[in-house]
Amino acid sequence: MRKILILGAGTGGTMMANHLARKLDRKQWKITVVDEHHTHYYQPGFLFIPFGIYQPEDVIREKAAFLPESVEFVQAAVETIQPAKSQVLLKNGQTLDYHLLIIATGVKIAPEQIAGLLDGGWREDIFDFYTIEGATALAQKLQNWTGGKLVLHVAEMPIKCPVAPLEFVFLADAFFHGKNLRDKVEITYVTPASGAFTKPQSSAVLGHLLTEKQIKIVPDFYTERVDGTSKKLISYGGQEVAYDLLVSIPTNMGDEAIARSGMGDELNYVPTYKHTLQSKKYANIFVIGDASDLPSSKAGSVAHFQSEILTDNILNYIAGKPLEEGFDGHANCFIESGFGKAFLIDFNYDVEPVAGRFPFPFIGPMALLKETRLNHWGKLAFKFIYWNILLRGWPMPGIPTRMSKLGKKLT
Amino acid sequence: MATKTIAGVTLDITEEGYLTNPAQWNKTIAAELAKEEGIPELTPAHWKVIEFLQQDYREKGALPTIRRINVACVPTKEFYVLFPGGPLKKAAKIAGLPKPASCV
Repeated sequence: MRKILILGAGTGGTMMANHLARKLDRKQWKITVVDEHHTHYYQPGFLFIPFGIYQPEDVIREKAAFLPESVEFVQAAVETIQPAKSQVLLKNGQTLDYHLLIIATGVKIAPEQIAGLLDGGWREDIFDFYTIEGATALAQKLQNWTGGKLVLHVAEMPIKCPVAPLEFVFLADAFFHGKNLRDKVEITYVTPASGAFTKPQSSAVLGHLLTEKQIKIVPDFYTERVDGTSKKLISYGGQEVAYDLLVSIPTNMGDEAIARSGMGDELNYVPTYKHTLQSKKYANIFVIGDASDLPSSKAGSVAHFQSEILTDNILNYIAGKPLEEGFDGHANCFIESGFGKAFLIDFNYDVEPVAGRFPFPFIGPMALLKETRLNHWGKLAFKFIYWNILLRGWPMPGIPTRMSKLGKKLT
Repeated sequence: MATKTIAGVTLDITEEGYLTNPAQWNKTIAAELAKEEGIPELTPAHWKVIEFLQQDYREKGALPTIRRINVACVPTKEFYVLFPGGPLKKAAKIAGLPKPASCV
């Protein structure tokens, strides 16, 4: 019996287990998935929790419920990967060997990486919304908050779901309007990037939104430390931003097991070939989703497109055929803009988000890089699609794995 | 696509002034681009950063993060002193590399 081991039962790992269970001969291959946790979170839903749009139960399911019966699920933490021996050592002392390993360990926030962030006010007047605990604590806080300086800061790039911070300030604007508190709340978006938007087409279409919504932007701000006593963010450039309520997107880092195994870069991301998804160092190791160092966005849609290419490449690898340079960096994301509207963007390594129609070129029904109500309904409908189609690895009708340029307004 | 002329050479650039053809880059052009970014003279410390960015970009096909620069090249505090304001975007421009960008 040959063994495939998948580390991580999040979006990427679960999709791969489903794809491979269907494609591989069960008499020849045993698939095992390892994850420390038993709860699967619909992470795109975290954004809605602080504003009471989603409740925790909307985003929580059991991981095991999404894995095929033929797949073994081991709930345990990984101590180290030992590529030289093709083995994984678990924290409980057990050793699992593999012929082929898929790393799908994702990323998580690392607030301890920002000096002072945890030293005073964490989950009192400093919150994150990238964890269920942070998102629900912030929901509580916002219920009774009477106003002041609301500051959202992105500590450093890259982060998971790069548009989420932007969506957060848009939704905050709408939320405080709804509570008749908008004139009591000053919203500031602090980013290490050169602006809220860095791509020409997005800037042209979306740039005015911040001004319209009276959201202040502080660009080029790379946070050196947070002073919880005087309630200030201080940058390496010596700039200061005062807050009453800080919503922080801390440093995002890959799993510590990657670091313990000596397999990651300075953010614990695994060096990976960007078109084949094979590890740069070990031929029998593949990486999917946020765990890799690919220059694609860290997002579930990206992991979905990768899962189709990776399934083909694992079959190629097993058959001794050359790998397909198939992954083009394709990503597809909704951007909630508040008041029941949203944008939709579709892009890859080479093509920035531009106007057009989606999923069917020229027809739509959804409009790209345009604010519509339908896009908002699309975003809400996506929760159903995620749980019932995407995680199960079923095909998404009309949604191509590789980005289509048809009908797009390319410059 | 726009162009501009520096030291007698016509360069292909983006709307924001980033070179699109790395082959057009040289040290004279870097020094001129630095002046436009408010850096009168490129010192050996600047060159260390520029060369690191170029080497990393060649090897990985992407700009390094500020964290990687901090670990492998120059402490972040000093990076901000060398290229005041927005160090990564300025250093990338002077090095003839693309603008550091997010997805939108």
